Amino acid sequence: MHPVTPSHYLALSVALLLIGTAGVLVRRNLVIVLMSLELILNAVNINLVTFSQYYQHTHGQIFAIFVITVAVAEAALGLGILIALFRNKPTVQADEIDLLKW
Amino acid sequence: MLDTAFFYAFALLVLGGALLTITQRNAVHSAIWLIVSLIGVAGLFLLQKAEFLFAVQIILYVGGIMVLFLFVIMLVNLDEAARERQFRGRWWVALGCLALVAAETAYFVIKGRDAFRFAPRPETPASPLGNTEQLADVLFSTYLLPFELASVLLLVAIVGSVVMAKKRI
Repeated sequence: MHPVTPSHYLALSVALLLIGTAGVLVRRNLVIVLMSLELILNAVNINLVTFSQYYQHTHGQIFAIFVITVAVAEAALGLGILIALFRNKPTVQADEIDLLKW
Repeated sequence: MLDTAFFYAFALLVLGGALLTITQRNAVHSAIWLIVSLIGVAGLFLLQKAEFLFAVQIILYVGGIMVLFLFVIMLVNLDEAARERQFRGRWWVALGCLALVAAETAYFVIKGRDAFRFAPRPETPASPLGNTEQLADVLFSTYLLPFELASVLLLVAIVGSVVMAKKRI
């Protein structure tokens, strides 16, 4: 078997990013849309850690820690908004939440 | 050799878990496949000698965020949503655009294969410190201000999510 190069990790990261974007664009269930956002942020983290390891430079991993922090804040707030939304209109389907549509 | 085998195993976990996450009808099943995918990512971190991020990934994502998701799935009634149509009306447009992006990326990478080269790695001697120590050294010196700002961000997120989820303030 060939040794694993950074390109392998980058290809994996692109694939994960595309899958996550597909989830965000295609799914109607808002909970699953938020899960897809986590997939996208994880793809970014794979990228950062790969370059950090390749260049023997820890700054990439520090950046990944910040990305994880933002992901946690985003998940907490997104789910809070979802609960607030569910109280006003009992649906979690993204295309049925059209209260602002004229 | 073993590294390669592990890489492909974890890649299978990551991509398989991700694909099943976005295709499951039941949100709880989605959450479980998301756990599988995130554990795969954690394994990739370990494979790249980022032990601290491996631990953070397991504790924060698999332990923290997934519990949050499961709680919300419990609070929000998803039985009805599971019976309805799962994908948006024009999902093929979205998938077509994504396929276009993927094809474009692949085309340029293959076409520019000779130019697609990483800068040479610097010849730095291996540090005697462990991964966590190295991270702490940088995080608490160079990135001290962003670190403190991150704590403010988390505080805002905590207050914000309580305000959002509470019925009456």
